[in-house]
Amino acid sequence: MKTLLYILQKEFIQIFRDRTMLPIIFIIPVMQLLILSYTATFEIKNVDLIALDNDRTSTSRELINKFSGSPFYHFNGYADDFESAQQLIKSGKADQLLVIEPYFERKLIVDKSAEIQIITDAINGSAASMMVAYAQSIIGDFNKNIIIEQNPSQQLGMPIEIGSLFWYNPELDYITYMVPGILVLLVTVIGMFLGSMNLVKEKEIGTIEQINVTPIKKYQFIAGKLIPFWFIANVDLAIGLLLAYFVFNIPVMGSVVLLFTVASVYLVGILSIGLVISTLTNTMQQAMFISWFFLVIFILMSGLFTPIESMPNWAQIINHANPVSYFIKMNRMIMLKGSGFMDIKEDLIILGVFAIALFSFSIMRYRKTV
Amino acid sequence: MLNRAKIIEVENLVKKFGSFTANDNLTFDVYKGEIFGFLGANGAGKTSAIRILCGLSPPTSGKAIVAGYDVAKYPNKVKANIGYMSQKFSLYNDMTVKENFRFYGGIYGLSKKQIVDKTNYFLEKLEMEKTRNVVLSEIPLGWKQKLAFSVAIIHDPKVVFLDEPTGGVDPITRRQFWEMIYENADKGTTVFVTTHYMDEAEYCERVSIMSEGKIEALDTPANLKSTYGVNSMNDVFIKIARG
Repeated sequence: MKTLLYILQKEFIQIFRDRTMLPIIFIIPVMQLLILSYTATFEIKNVDLIALDNDRTSTSRELINKFSGSPFYHFNGYADDFESAQQLIKSGKADQLLVIEPYFERKLIVDKSAEIQIITDAINGSAASMMVAYAQSIIGDFNKNIIIEQNPSQQLGMPIEIGSLFWYNPELDYITYMVPGILVLLVTVIGMFLGSMNLVKEKEIGTIEQINVTPIKKYQFIAGKLIPFWFIANVDLAIGLLLAYFVFNIPVMGSVVLLFTVASVYLVGILSIGLVISTLTNTMQQAMFISWFFLVIFILMSGLFTPIESMPNWAQIINHANPVSYFIKMNRMIMLKGSGFMDIKEDLIILGVFAIALFSFSIMRYRKTV
Repeated sequence: MLNRAKIIEVENLVKKFGSFTANDNLTFDVYKGEIFGFLGANGAGKTSAIRILCGLSPPTSGKAIVAGYDVAKYPNKVKANIGYMSQKFSLYNDMTVKENFRFYGGIYGLSKKQIVDKTNYFLEKLEMEKTRNVVLSEIPLGWKQKLAFSVAIIHDPKVVFLDEPTGGVDPITRRQFWEMIYENADKGTTVFVTTHYMDEAEYCERVSIMSEGKIEALDTPANLKSTYGVNSMNDVFIKIARG
């Protein structure tokens, strides 16, 4: 125990003396949270729309006005013909093209039915389907107005009225959804990189040789390497939660104690992965590269940006071994839904098993021999 | 010589790295309080042997007992009883002199008071009182080597292993370094030292000379010189190393 305290003292001295690392440890997470929370959004705004209006009547103009009046659209003008419209989409100056056929207005009045065409740049499939959905909702609205106009006497009502309530995130705010996930991301990056860099740095400089010739116990040394960064990552999380509250107005609905308990268990696991990596490598470059590899896979599969439910079966199975996805899920539950211990019990236990197993493995992997 | 206690006993020690034999059947003893010179050309297998004796590397076969413990079976017991100074400086350059002493003293289980006393003792001894709160990266190499030696003996080990301790150090500091070695040997610490300086070999009580993984000669400097019919350890070394 006394030995461990001497190791911790040494680690903290070194961390706080490093004038380049210190700001990185505390400023990078803040930047990450601020930048990613605003930018990692799937909401599509300012769709560039062009219109090919072959009718040029008040009705066709009215339809186009509906689009340009929408906050999601930015009306980019009229195309002269189909070729020039095509060119505008090709060059990226337009995302969507609205084609209105000739005699659009007359057909609506006489035939009670007319056709329009929406052409969407679908390179990004999910963005394209959202743009189509926007267009459909605007046109649906337009349709309704026409029906009312044409049948003023008739009381128009829908057979089934839907009353929707959005729980936990009533304004469907994307930032509210992202912030808990980004918080996980930042403690993960801090934990994994610092965990893997630190031990391998001693190998690279050669100071580990002097350590290995002392009667230091393996678990003491590994714990001495883990605890400082465990502490720092928890502090980073606390800073992140304060920012979430004051900048994004996202309070922790559940228990803060429970949140830090989950984080603490999680960090033992993540730091241990970093330490295992540093026992397997000889240079910081190698450790950095391997950490990066795991980090990218863990994060992309974690459900941070894309829902796990829509991943293929094999990916969902792999995700059972992805600590990041457990913590993101639990963090969202605790922060947004106010879930309690009983709601997350199972996931927390699994995370605990991960943490113990990985920590033991890192102790096993650390060799005091060369 | 025979009535002195053995502190290192090596018997048929072999170390192989793949098909390369770094140590080929070494057998020798080192006595308590002795200054034992462990010589050999680069690549002769010195560092490999030292690492085995320090419990840093398990032997392929054979036996080595250091300070009463088998290195293969009880490496941590061996480590508690030895000091080691690597040929590559391996104290913490980003920590101060005091902090380095405190850390290693703590690791070896010294009490707070012992750590303070030892730190004061060494700083006074080395006339480095002013560097107490200076980070090591700002201290010249020769001073750092003396510090590394002090750290290696902070816990009063039975044996201290010095792997080329004076490489790259000026003659005055080398001289001081050897005074420190003598002083500690007088107190009963066994000093196991490798060096490339043949004048330093003359300071050793007994010297072994390795070539291609084998010990080719082991005796006092005087006996070695008369055996090979030469006037200096330098000539002894060249005769043996050239085969």
